Amino acid sequence: MMRTLLTVFRKEVLDNVRDRRTLVSALIMGPLFGPLLFAFMINLSIERSLEDAERVIDLPVIGQQHAPNLVRYLESRNIDAVEGPADRGAALAAVSTGAHDVVVVIPPEFAGQFADGIPARIEVIADQSNSQADRQARRVRGALHAYSGELASIRLSARGLSPLALRPLNIDDVDVSTPSGRSAILLGMMSYFLIFALLMGGMYLAIDTTAGERERGSLEPLLALPVTRNQLLLGKIAATCVFMALSLGLALGSFYVALKFMPLDELGMTPNFGPPTVAAAFLVLAPFILLGAAVMTLVASFTKSYREAQTWLSGVLLAPTLPILIVSILTLRPRLEFMFVPSLSQHLLLVDMVKNEPLEPLHVAISAGSTLLLGGLLTWVCARLYRREGLLG
Amino acid sequence: MIRVEGIHKSFGKVRAVRGVSFEAPDGKITGLLGPNGAGKSTTLRVLYTVLQPDKGRAFIDGADVVTQSLEARRRIGALPHGAGLYPHLTARENIAYYARLCGIEPGAIEDRVDGIIRLLEIRDFADRRTKGFSQGQRTKVAIARSLVHDPQNIILDEPSNGLDVMATRSLRDLILKLKDAGRCVLFSSHVMQEVAALCDDICIIADGQVAIDDSADGIRKRTGCDDLEDAFVRAIQMVGPA
Repeated sequence: MMRTLLTVFRKEVLDNVRDRRTLVSALIMGPLFGPLLFAFMINLSIERSLEDAERVIDLPVIGQQHAPNLVRYLESRNIDAVEGPADRGAALAAVSTGAHDVVVVIPPEFAGQFADGIPARIEVIADQSNSQADRQARRVRGALHAYSGELASIRLSARGLSPLALRPLNIDDVDVSTPSGRSAILLGMMSYFLIFALLMGGMYLAIDTTAGERERGSLEPLLALPVTRNQLLLGKIAATCVFMALSLGLALGSFYVALKFMPLDELGMTPNFGPPTVAAAFLVLAPFILLGAAVMTLVASFTKSYREAQTWLSGVLLAPTLPILIVSILTLRPRLEFMFVPSLSQHLLLVDMVKNEPLEPLHVAISAGSTLLLGGLLTWVCARLYRREGLLG
Repeated sequence: MIRVEGIHKSFGKVRAVRGVSFEAPDGKITGLLGPNGAGKSTTLRVLYTVLQPDKGRAFIDGADVVTQSLEARRRIGALPHGAGLYPHLTARENIAYYARLCGIEPGAIEDRVDGIIRLLEIRDFADRRTKGFSQGQRTKVAIARSLVHDPQNIILDEPSNGLDVMATRSLRDLILKLKDAGRCVLFSSHVMQEVAALCDDICIIADGQVAIDDSADGIRKRTGCDDLEDAFVRAIQMVGPA
């Protein structure tokens, strides 16, 4: 029994190592796709957040001559007033067509109202449905509020009152999230990329077990050999598992390298992702390998051709995202009952690890146990299906 | 020796085989002859145990193909119709894989594979990957791997399909060699001349039933046709539609 299994296993490994398509998906596509996308997104958000605070923006201001001090104040906040549309009507049109993101209008009566000490009207024209423009408008509004606040303090002082009268409350934000904790939000997606890489690694082997062998015409002579179908199937699932484990290992490795070179501390994140965590992550995800191999083999065994199997298995690649997505949207904390759901339990455990929080041993045990049990059950179903005559198509 | 006793097999409403019985003795070549869709492949698939008969029984050297299917497979070398190879493995690796699966001792595998490569005269391309092999080369490798465990019974489903003259010839030589070695060879074909040239016994199948089971001369006599092709057509007409 063991020898046959090993023979099948060795042949599948050799066969697939020589197949460029399998190699590309197992060793390159799966493991590198996640980390690369990650590096790209994180760099983008770092650039954005650094850029937005400091970059000089050109702001069209109509009626600059009515408020020269205000214009100077804006300049000190890296907002340069430039010549804009001719009048308010033109400004409205320019913003709604997108020619300008934000336009400030200072009406002619501004100077008079200002001098009289009544609230001087100033207009900020922006399209709030445009997120890029809204971000700029927020900066402009922030600068105007700050200017208004400063003037208020000066006016109060001039009347002999303490500016503190304007601040009945002193609000202090205390953020209890740790740098590792903040990383978890972004790195929460990592668990899906790891599961994706894992599944990609074994996809072509899983197809080959049934649809591939059938299409090539090699299934029938194989089944006519003096071995049991269980031995053939288990050998093939074992080979699928090894490729999945390999992909998972590579994906973890490339994440480790990618995170090392990403300037995460600039975003206030220090994910706990050293070699011990990488090793632990592998162990937490390992039970998912059997489940993944069994599900993919099972789905592929219902298909008529290689192509059809590919289509269906692409769907299987997306299935593990669903529970992760739901939990991420509802921001649920790890709970005992979640540990019974494969992919979700691995995700939650991984997030805790990255946040550098201690893992609950019971949670780990339930996650591994339930995932392995389901994997074993589906392998058994695969073996039953491998025995039917319809397998030959 | 292969013995078939009244097997039936249906696929849904299609009654592919309706009570086929025959015997293929050791040291003889038995041909299963019939038009396309007559039930030849289904019969052979029951014999090499990938299909189970709805009714009837079949034995390989006395082993029941249903209840002792593993034992039956041990005694069969089967070449299914359109058998495919593993394109990323060399011809030698394809053959060695089957040798290992058949449980040949690891130490003996190399000798056995070398022997079968010599027997089938495929040494020239034995160490090339089978991707891009011609139909003739593929068939030879597929036969080689099905013979690697030295089976007593050899079942070949339309082995000469797509072969050129030279390849057909060497296939014929091989089948004769196997016969001389006392093996039981059962093969199917829809070409009368091929079967007549080789077979000791011819079993003509039409509409899932045996029309006639005799030697070439016996068939000529019983149908009253001197020309074998006419005899073939006459025999098929003897079986009424279902």
